[in-house]
Amino acid sequence: MTARTREEIRAIVIDTLAAIAPEVDFATIAADKPLREQVDIDSFDFLNAIIRLHEKLGVEIPEADYGQLATLDGTVDYLAKKCSSAV
Amino acid sequence: MARHEFLMPSLGADMEAGTLVAWNVMPGDAVKRGQVVAVVETQKGAIDVEIWQDGRIEKLVVEPGEKVPVGAVLATLIAEGESAPAAVVPEKAVAVAAPQPAVARPQPAAIPARFRISPAARKLAEELGVNVDALTPAAADGVIGRADVERAAQAAKAGAPPKPGDWQSQMRKAIAAAMAKSKREIPHYYLGTGIEMTRALAWLERENAARPVTARMLYAVLLIKAVALALREVPELNGFWIDGAFQPGPGIHVGMAVAMRGGGLVAPAIHDADTKSLAQLMDDLRDLITRVRGGRLKSSEMADPTITLTSLGDLGVETVYGVIYPPQVALVGFGRIGEQPWAENGVVACRRVVTATLAGDHRASDGHRGAVFLAAVNRLLQEPEKLQ
Repeated sequence: MTARTREEIRAIVIDTLAAIAPEVDFATIAADKPLREQVDIDSFDFLNAIIRLHEKLGVEIPEADYGQLATLDGTVDYLAKKCSSAV
Repeated sequence: MARHEFLMPSLGADMEAGTLVAWNVMPGDAVKRGQVVAVVETQKGAIDVEIWQDGRIEKLVVEPGEKVPVGAVLATLIAEGESAPAAVVPEKAVAVAAPQPAVARPQPAAIPARFRISPAARKLAEELGVNVDALTPAAADGVIGRADVERAAQAAKAGAPPKPGDWQSQMRKAIAAAMAKSKREIPHYYLGTGIEMTRALAWLERENAARPVTARMLYAVLLIKAVALALREVPELNGFWIDGAFQPGPGIHVGMAVAMRGGGLVAPAIHDADTKSLAQLMDDLRDLITRVRGGRLKSSEMADPTITLTSLGDLGVETVYGVIYPPQVALVGFGRIGEQPWAENGVVACRRVVTATLAGDHRASDGHRGAVFLAAVNRLLQEPEKLQ
């Protein structure tokens, strides 16, 4: 497990979402507003995103923690914490 | 000695014709039941078409690029163990004028003259967003080439009014035709009920906690399984209304309404959903949605759902008022799962509840049977461990 900066994690999250929603301009996303509505992803897309993030970052994301992934900022915070504690 | 014909399939009540894009087989190739032998372009995108007869391909009748009506002979094959008849059937007898589409509907005024198109040109047209139906070949051979596509793309760029994405406008038309037919012909009745999901979700959360992330299940699979099992109890909701009579479905093939990015939807089937485990249903659902959004569907998935299930809960809606996809006779809808005050045994508690609705075809079933169905769905969801 390599430690990652928040910027790296943010880039990985955006890459992951962009692969699912290629038409979305991520520069326009409000990082503190609910992400799923802005990117128009359903529960299936969301699960796929979780799987991709798990593969890329090597962190476990239990279902019970999904609530912490509601916004882009929240997702980055959560993953940053997970990445550093998993070292 | 039987020669079998492989026909342009009907991939839904709204399909009148399809364009053969590619053959995956050559004359002389052995084929197996269920094998994908051709790719057909329809209003709903490119579809992998399966063959339902073991045998050996004798002759490919339709060439890539040709648009033919539903029911037209695409190829002929010789069943296994039989040899090709000595006398070759005259070309004309094989490639007879295609039968009329089974759906009695006025024909479009003008079917565009069809030209052949080279695979390279088709690929380029896709990349450039050029509508191949509107192309005419410059060359005398009548085949649309890359140059024709490039010319059209340039003309479009040079200020011609931008056309809406061909594929999307085609899909819009397909949905419009099917839904207008539904509302014109099907006397819908609607029923709805709140279903307490606390037990089912708690069970699923426990189940998922023990699974690796790649094997996690969505609650949609619980709904699919419960609907499929409930249909065994009320089979008159599972099937088709054709020629003034109900025809029961040959199995319980649940059409899953899947929205496509950028608009439109398709509802391909999960076959024999009542016999599958939840894990298997999750695999099927994942495979189906992935192919809807990025790959290709198979003809059997498009053609034979016996009921449609639509779950719009992700968008926050509470209740789905479904429009039945003809010739099916029912659509089951689920809204979002939300916390609600729930009274039970004289106590009000906070519970997670989903509204399940049924749109039924009153020609095929009555409200009473619809109510029995929704009650069965409810009962089945209260014992999630038995849905496995």
